Amino acid sequence: MATAEKGLVLLDLWVSPFGQRCRIALAEKAVEYEYREENLVDHKSPLLLKMNPIHKKIPVLIHDGKPVCESLIIVQYIDEVWTNNPLLPSDPHERAKSRFWADFVDKKVYECGTKLWKFKGETQEAAKKEMIEILKLLEGELGDKKYFGGEAFGFVDIAFVPFTAWFYSYETCANFSIEEECPKLVAWGKRCMERESVAKSLHDPHKVHEFVCFLKKKFGVE
Amino acid sequence: MASGGEVKLFGMWASPAVRRVEWALKIKGIEYEYIEEDLSNKSTSLLEYNPINKQVPVLLHKGKPIVESLVMIEYIDEVWNHNPILPEDPYERTKARFWATYSEGKCRDAVGKVYFTEGEEKENAIKYLEDIVRVLDEELKGKRFFGGENIGFSDLVLGWMAFWLPVAEEVASFEVLDSEKFPWFASWTDNFLQVPVIKENLPPRDKTVEFFQNYRQQRLAA
Repeated sequence: MATAEKGLVLLDLWVSPFGQRCRIALAEKAVEYEYREENLVDHKSPLLLKMNPIHKKIPVLIHDGKPVCESLIIVQYIDEVWTNNPLLPSDPHERAKSRFWADFVDKKVYECGTKLWKFKGETQEAAKKEMIEILKLLEGELGDKKYFGGEAFGFVDIAFVPFTAWFYSYETCANFSIEEECPKLVAWGKRCMERESVAKSLHDPHKVHEFVCFLKKKFGVE
Repeated sequence: MASGGEVKLFGMWASPAVRRVEWALKIKGIEYEYIEEDLSNKSTSLLEYNPINKQVPVLLHKGKPIVESLVMIEYIDEVWNHNPILPEDPYERTKARFWATYSEGKCRDAVGKVYFTEGEEKENAIKYLEDIVRVLDEELKGKRFFGGENIGFSDLVLGWMAFWLPVAEEVASFEVLDSEKFPWFASWTDNFLQVPVIKENLPPRDKTVEFFQNYRQQRLAA
C-alpha cells in the first residue's frame, strides 16, 4: 500500500464529476499523478477507507502520503501548491464570487440531477423545473463571458464543466432540451471541451447515460 | 480598530451563520455596521444583495456584497491579514476547510433531523448525531481547539455547536452532549465559549431557546 510514497495519487471513479474536477485542475497545472480507479460497486479499497475514513468517498488526492478529501477543497489545494496558471482570481471579491458559485454548483446541480433519473412523475417534473432554474441562474452569471472566470478558465468552470457530460442523460430521462433553455451554457460547455484538460477528463455523454441506465436498473427505476 | 472601507453586515440575532461572521470581524477588530433583518419581511437591500438565496448573512464591503458565511470568513481573512483565521500551510488549510464543510453538511443535517422528527425517526436521528459528535471528539483528541492552541476557521464554523446544540437539546428534548462519552468535545465547547470574542458575542440564551421553540413548532405544524 503506497501511503508513505512521495508523489500524487488520485483515488477516483471514471464517471465522477467530482473526480473530474480534480483531474482537470491537475491537467491545467501540468502536474503528474497516478490515477487509481476505485471499484465503488463491489467494494471500496482499504486505501480509500484509510484515506477518507469519515466519508469513504472519492475523490481523494494523496500527496506524499497525506490525504485531501472533497473535490473543491482538493482543487483549491492544487491551486495553492502549484502556483502556475492560477485557477482562482487574485482579487478577493472576485475570489469570493468564484467560491460562491462553485459552492452553488456543489449544493444544487448533483442533487437535482440525481432526482431527474431516479424519479418519475410529479417528482421528476418538479426536479426538471428546478434544474432549469438552476441552469438559468448559472447562465445568468456566465453572461457573455468566454468562461465563468472571464477570459481565464478557472474555479467555477472546473466546478461545473463535468456536469455538462451529464446533460444528455438529464435531457433523455426528463424529456427536455438544455440547449433550448440555456444556449449560452451549452456553447460554454463546447468551448471548455476545446481545452485538453477538459476533453481528456470528461467522458462521452452516451457513456455517461449508459452508466445512468445501470444506476436506474440498480435502483429499480424503469 | 482596523478599517478598510465601509463594512456592513445584514443579519438576524438568533442565526449562528451570522454570528460566526461577527466573530471573524471581531477577531480582526474590524468596525462594521450591523443591520438586523426581519426574515418574515426581508428588506429590499437584502434581496438586492443576495437575490439567489435571499438569506442572511450578507456582508457588504465598499458597496460590494459577499454571500455565504464560509465564503465571507475567507474573504475577511484575505482582505485583513493580521490575526489570521485560516492556517498558512496549504495542507493545514485543507483540514480547516474539511471540518468547515463537515459542519455545514453532516452536522447541520444531523441536528436538523433531530429537531424536526419524532418517535422512532427521532431516536435514529439522535444516534446518528451521536456518531457525528464522536467524529468531532476524536478529531479534538489532544487539542484545545480544532485550530490547535488558538481558535481558527474550523472553530468559527463549528462554533455553533457549542451554543446552539445545547439550545437544540433543550428545545427538542434530547441529550447528546455527554461529557463522559465525548470528553474532548465537551472541553472544546467550554474553552470555545470562554474565548472573549466569542463570549461577548452570543445571543441571550433564553431568547434563543424561545425563538427556536417557536421555529420548531411552526415547522412541525406545517
